[in-house]
Amino acid sequence: MFWLIPLIPGASAFILAVFGKWLPKKYVSWQACLSVFASFGISLVSFFGLLKVPPGSPPVIKTLFSWIQSGSFNADLSLQLDPLSSIMTLVVTGVGFLIHVYSVGYMAQDKGYKRYFTYLNLFTFAMLILVMGANLVLMFVGWEGVGLCSYLLIGFWFEKHSAANAGKKAFIVNRIGDAAFILGIFFIFLIVGSGDFRAITGALEGGAVTQGMATLIALLLFAGATGKSAQIPLYVWLPDAMEGPTPVSALIHAATMVTAGVYMVSRMNLLFTLSGVAGQVVGIVGALTAIFAATMALTQNDIKRVLAYSTISQIGYMFIGCGVGAYAAGMFHLFTHAFFKSLLFLAAGSVMHALSGELDMRKMGGLRKYLPLTYPTFLVGAIAIAGVPFLSGFFSKDAILTHAYAQGQYFIWALGLMGAVLTAFYMFRLVFLTFFGQERLDPHAKEHLHESPRVMTVPLVVLAFFSIVAGYVGLPVVLGKKANLFSRFLDPVIHPGHEAHLNISAEWLLILISVAVALCGIYIAYVFYLKSPRTPHRIVARFPMLYKLLYNKYYVDEIYNAAIVRPLVNGSRVVYDNFDLKVIDGTIDGTAAATGSAGKLLSLFQSGLIKDYGLVLLLGVVVFLGYLLF
Amino acid sequence: MIPVSYFFGLSIVLFVLGIIAFFIKRDLITMFMAIEVMLNAANLAFIALAKAAGSPAGQVIVFFIITVAAAEAAVGLAIILLVFRQKKSIKAEDMRLLKG
Amino acid sequence: MGIFLFSLLAILCVGGVLGLILSRNQAHSALFLVLAFASLGGLFGLLDAPFIAAVQIIIYAGAIMVLFIFVIMMINLEQGIAPERKRWTLGLSAVLAVFLLIELGLAVHGTLGALGRTGGESIGDPKELGRLLFTDYLYPFEITSVLIIAALVGAIVLVKKKEKE
Repeated sequence: MFWLIPLIPGASAFILAVFGKWLPKKYVSWQACLSVFASFGISLVSFFGLLKVPPGSPPVIKTLFSWIQSGSFNADLSLQLDPLSSIMTLVVTGVGFLIHVYSVGYMAQDKGYKRYFTYLNLFTFAMLILVMGANLVLMFVGWEGVGLCSYLLIGFWFEKHSAANAGKKAFIVNRIGDAAFILGIFFIFLIVGSGDFRAITGALEGGAVTQGMATLIALLLFAGATGKSAQIPLYVWLPDAMEGPTPVSALIHAATMVTAGVYMVSRMNLLFTLSGVAGQVVGIVGALTAIFAATMALTQNDIKRVLAYSTISQIGYMFIGCGVGAYAAGMFHLFTHAFFKSLLFLAAGSVMHALSGELDMRKMGGLRKYLPLTYPTFLVGAIAIAGVPFLSGFFSKDAILTHAYAQGQYFIWALGLMGAVLTAFYMFRLVFLTFFGQERLDPHAKEHLHESPRVMTVPLVVLAFFSIVAGYVGLPVVLGKKANLFSRFLDPVIHPGHEAHLNISAEWLLILISVAVALCGIYIAYVFYLKSPRTPHRIVARFPMLYKLLYNKYYVDEIYNAAIVRPLVNGSRVVYDNFDLKVIDGTIDGTAAATGSAGKLLSLFQSGLIKDYGLVLLLGVVVFLGYLLF
Repeated sequence: MIPVSYFFGLSIVLFVLGIIAFFIKRDLITMFMAIEVMLNAANLAFIALAKAAGSPAGQVIVFFIITVAAAEAAVGLAIILLVFRQKKSIKAEDMRLLKG
Repeated sequence: MGIFLFSLLAILCVGGVLGLILSRNQAHSALFLVLAFASLGGLFGLLDAPFIAAVQIIIYAGAIMVLFIFVIMMINLEQGIAPERKRWTLGLSAVLAVFLLIELGLAVHGTLGALGRTGGESIGDPKELGRLLFTDYLYPFEITSVLIIAALVGAIVLVKKKEKE
C-alpha cells in the first residue's frame, strides 16, 4: 500500500499535464491538494505501521517491476519504507500539502495557475521517488526529477529575464554536483555490483570496500550533495532561486529538495562512517557553510534572500550533524527546519502579498498591526530558528552542537556556535525591520495593504504549531536515555559509529551556552534596529570594506564568473567560430553540395518519358534473362 | 491431346505482342491495355505450367493475379483520369515532370 | 478436335491483340482486347481450369474491360492518336522484343525438358481449388481482399472532385 505514496501525486501531475487545459481552475486546485493529502494520509498510516514493526526486521520493499537488466547491471523499480524514508515522506507530503493549500491563495491571480500545480505535483512525485527509492539508480532518478522541477519552478515566470537566468544557473550548478554524484554511483556499481541499499550495506559491513575507496565514493557522493543542498562551493544558485514563486521557495528551496543531500548522506551513513575522512570533510564543509552563509545574510535587504542564506546556513548545520556522526541529529534538524523555514517563507510570501510584491525590507516596517496573523506566525518561526528554548529549532540545533562537542570537534562546534549568534541576529533584524519600527511603505503599497486570505493563513498557523511542538519528539539525552524518540526511531537505519558521551553537567553547560548565544543574538538585533537605529550606520561607516564585502556576498558570484563562466564562454566561442562553423559546418555543407551536384549530373539521364524507362526496363530483362540462360 | 508447349508458345507470343503494343501506342489507356495483355500472357503460362506439373497451385496463383489486376486497373484508370483532368491530354509524351 | 479448338482460340487471341495494336480508335482497341481475353478464357478451359476460365471471362473480359470502356467514354477523344513516330525507340524496342522472344522460347524449352512430362490427370476441379484457397492460401486470400478494398477507396478518393471546384 505504501508504494501508492509517490504514485498518487505522479498520476495527478500526469492528468494535469495532459488534460489541464480543459479542467476548470477549481478542480485543478482540489485535485492537486487532495492528491498530496492522500499521500500524506498513506504516509501516516505507514508510519504508524512501522512503529509496530519489531526492531531488527528488514525494511519493507515493494518491487514494482524490473527496470533495467543488462548483464550484471540491474536496477529494479522498487520502493522501500524504513524509518528514514518514512520520516522524509511525512515531511514531504505534510509540508507539501500545506504549501499546496497556501499556493491556492497565493497563485490565485496568476495566469500560469494550472502549469504551477502540475509542476508542484510533479515535484512531490519526484521527491517521494528520491526518498523512497530502494536503490541508488532510482534515487538518482528522483534526484534529477526534483532538479528538473526546481528549474521549471525557479523559471516559472520565465518572461522575466532574471527568473529565466536563475533557473539556468540552478540547473547548471546542480549539473556539476550531479556529475560527481553519478560517478560515485558508478564506483559503487563497480565495487559492490549493485545499487541496492541493502546490498551496499551488506558489502560495507562485510568489509568488501577498502577505506580509501569508501573515502573516494563518499566524497563524490557528497560533492553531489553540495550541489543539491547548496553547500560551499556550489551554494551560489540558491539565493538566485528566490526568483521563483514564494511557496516554491518554501517547498523546494527550504523544506524538501535542498535537504535531499542530508537525506542521502544519512542513507549512506555507513559509508561515511567507514571512511572517517569523508565524514570529517562533511562536518567542516557544513560548519564553514553555516557561518559563511550566515554572515552573508547579515547585510541583505531582500527578505527572501535573507531566508535563502539562512537556509544554506541551516543545511550547513545538518551536515555538521552528519559529519560528526550524529546522523539522527542531522535528520532531526532537517525535520524541524522543514517546519519553521517553510513557515518563514510562507509568512514572508504573505507579507509580499500584502505589500503588492514588495521584497525590500527598507520599504517595510511597522507591519505588525496590519498583519495580525502573519506577524505572530513569523515571530514563532524566527524564535524557533534562533534557538530559543522550548521551540523546535532549539532542540535540533542543540543536539547537533552537543554531538559535535562530544566527538571532540571543538573547531566545528565553535563555528556552529558563532553561526548560532549570527542566525539569531539576522532573523531578528528581519523581524524588527519588517514588523516593528516606523513605517517606510510605498504610498501605493499602503493603499492595498491587507491581511492574506484564509487559505493562506491557515497553513501558516498549522506550521507555526508544528514549529513549536516538533522538537518534543527529540528531547536532549540529559532528560533521560529514552527521551529522544526521534533518534530511537531511526536506530535501525543509522549504524552507530563510536559513541562519545558527556557527563551530565557538561551537557547542561552546553545547553546553557546555546541558550545564552541565541538570546545574545536577539538582544544585539534589538539594540541595533529598535533601541538605537543609528548603530548599524555607525558600524558600516567604521568598517566600510567589511560591509561592502558582505553586501556583495564576498564577490563569490563575480569570482565564479571571472574564473569559470567567462573562460568557458570565451573558449566555447573560439571553438564555435573555428571548429563548429568551419570544420563541422564545412563538412556538412560540402557533403550536401557534393550530393546535390552529383544528383544534378545524374538527373541529365532522366528524360521523363515513360517509354524510355520502359525501354531500359526491357533491356534489363533481356540482359538478365540472357545471363541466366547462358 | 494438345501438347503443353503449344500453350507456352502462345503465351510467349502474346507477351512479346504486349511489349510491342506498349511501345507503339502513344495514349496512356492503350498502353495500359498492353500491360494487361502481358499480365494475361503470364497467366496463360501459369495455367499451362499447372497442367504440366499436375498441381492446382498454379491456378490459385492466377486467381490472385486476376484479383490484383482488378485492383491495379481500378487505381491505374483513376490516375489516368486525374492526369487527363489536369493536363487535358492522355499522350504519354506530355507527361514528363520527371525530366531532369 | 482439341487441336482445332486450340488453333481457333489462339488465332482469335493473337488476332485480338494485333487488332488492339493496329486500331487507332481506343474503343475499338478495347473491344479487340475483350475478344482476346475471352478466347484466352477458352484456352484456360482447354487446360483443365474451368473455374479460372469463368473468372477470366467474368472479371477480365467483363468487369475490368468495362472499366476501361467507361474511362474511354469519359475522356472521349475526338480523333485517335497516331502511333509512335520516334524511329529509334521503335527500332530498339523491336530488336529487344525479338531477343526476348528467343530467350523466353529457350527458357520454356529448357523448363519443359527438365519437367520431363506433359501432365495428364485432371487438376482443375473447382472444389479442390476452393479448398486450397481457404486452407493453404487463406492468408493471401484475406490480404487480397484488403488490397481490393484499399484500391476501391483509393480510386474513389483519387477521382472525386474537390467540392470548391
